[in-house]
Amino acid sequence: MTGDTVLEVRGAVKSYGFVTALGGVDLTLKRGEILALLGDNGAGKTSLVRAISGIMKLDEGDILLDGQRLALGSAGDARRAGIETVFQNLAVLDNLDVASNFYIGRENTWPRWLGPLGFLNAAREASGWTAQAGSLGIKALDPRQEIGLMSGGQRQAVAVARAVAFASKVVILDEPTAALGVRESAQVLGLIKTLPQRGVSVILISHNMEHVVQVADRAVVLRQGRVAGSLVPRRDSVPDLIAMIMGAAPSTSS
Amino acid sequence: MSAVPVSPPEKTSGVMAKIIGVPSAGPLLVLLAFGLIFAITNPRFLATHNLSIILQQTVIIGTLAIGQTLVILTAGIDLAVGAICVLGTIIAGKLVTSGYDPALSMAFSVLVCTAAGFAAGGLISGLRLPPFIVTLGILGILTAALRLISAGGAFPVRDEFLGWTGNTLRLGGFIVTYGVLLMFVLYALVWYLLNETKWGRHVYAIGNSPEAARLVGIPVRRHLLSVYLLAGFIYGIGAWLALGRIPNADPNALQTANLDSITAVVIGGTSLFGGRGGLIGTLIGALIVGVLRNGLTLAGIDPLWQDLVTGILVIVAVALDQLSRRKG
Repeated sequence: MTGDTVLEVRGAVKSYGFVTALGGVDLTLKRGEILALLGDNGAGKTSLVRAISGIMKLDEGDILLDGQRLALGSAGDARRAGIETVFQNLAVLDNLDVASNFYIGRENTWPRWLGPLGFLNAAREASGWTAQAGSLGIKALDPRQEIGLMSGGQRQAVAVARAVAFASKVVILDEPTAALGVRESAQVLGLIKTLPQRGVSVILISHNMEHVVQVADRAVVLRQGRVAGSLVPRRDSVPDLIAMIMGAAPSTSS
Repeated sequence: MSAVPVSPPEKTSGVMAKIIGVPSAGPLLVLLAFGLIFAITNPRFLATHNLSIILQQTVIIGTLAIGQTLVILTAGIDLAVGAICVLGTIIAGKLVTSGYDPALSMAFSVLVCTAAGFAAGGLISGLRLPPFIVTLGILGILTAALRLISAGGAFPVRDEFLGWTGNTLRLGGFIVTYGVLLMFVLYALVWYLLNETKWGRHVYAIGNSPEAARLVGIPVRRHLLSVYLLAGFIYGIGAWLALGRIPNADPNALQTANLDSITAVVIGGTSLFGGRGGLIGTLIGALIVGVLRNGLTLAGIDPLWQDLVTGILVIVAVALDQLSRRKG
């Protein structure tokens, strides 16, 4: 299922004043791999994810995609490189409708030479969303409904669908099931599992060990801005994972 | 895989919903109500020449309010609207009275207004200063600069080209100025930009949440800059319209334009918190103010009451916006 390395982080360092968020983190992600990124609050998971998503610059260290060093100046750069992120606070625009949120930042306009001032084909976006959502199993969301009027689960569905539909290499999900009920969580996990078949890799941040065991091929544990160790959730026990997160057990590597 | 349960989808036809749109329905009713009252109480109100006067009286604030709408949609506010517009009239007037080509002078003055918008946008997006403070500062600087440039006083600007926007033409039985037509062209153009383009969608996105906009890869700073740049350009066109209305370059003119343009935007239903509202509301808002002033004047009522009624409308509009937010 997993192959060559798609994403590599080398010596990632980031500090905020006296607080070290990342103290030299190395991470590799294989093609088609589902990697769980675990750790207590403040362990550095979100900082690492923000760096890979292009919304935060590292003080030191490199991010390589397919062996090429990435220069990420914005979230747009990461998206164009094939990395999609579902942020914990969702990054949906409440005042826009479903289809607009789905295509935000990658709108097709006509004629091309007018660039962002060109005509936006809302009807085509609506049917595009319906088709894409249908193939992902999120059928009944009206493309013209304003997303601010929708439930947390529906908003999450749009955010996850956007990442899954457009990522060509890596999807990062930061607590994608935190706000969801059992059924909706199952749906998101189901979506995540389909990504490796398309050769897309996943980085999953979750506090829900049950979900991690269900979908992750491998788990990397961060503690105080460093890699504390790595485990195979399906093979190793949940107590082992938790012990590593808490720093109670000696680091093992697999 | 089961589908996420949702409420039944509501069908609205896209373009018509946007034009009639729920947000502009309230202001439209207010406009029609005032129109009805004035029409009943005074038969002269609906006379075509009176309606055409209302449009001419609305043209400057109506145009400046387009730029103000763009800025307010990004959750900003522009207090330099009037000053930038007056700057345009003074520069064009000075150049023409010094013997420069009128068209080039006007073009140059629009360019300067655009640059003023660019400067405001640069400070707001580059240094992340609050729009209120930046535009207040620019207002102060320009107020002083205008007095210096014009040596304190107003001066007449008699020129065929600069006054062209005040020329009239007949449309059926209706007499309109080229300036009024130009205003409607600007409304149509910016309406298109806001509602039918990627640029416009990103204006709304940034107005809703600059942070979320950044997370989805929108270049927020560059986009804000383009908004203030376009607003400055519109104020420059406003200067041309002002010269067509009154052939006079007066550093003390348009003192109330800031608040009047904000009034039009707010009465038109655009939220001061950004991200909600639109241009059709602003046009209606500007017309409400114009109709109110005209109707009350026709009725021979003390102008003080015009300000009072306008003030009440502003408070009602903002209160409605707040209430709808609390519900949502």
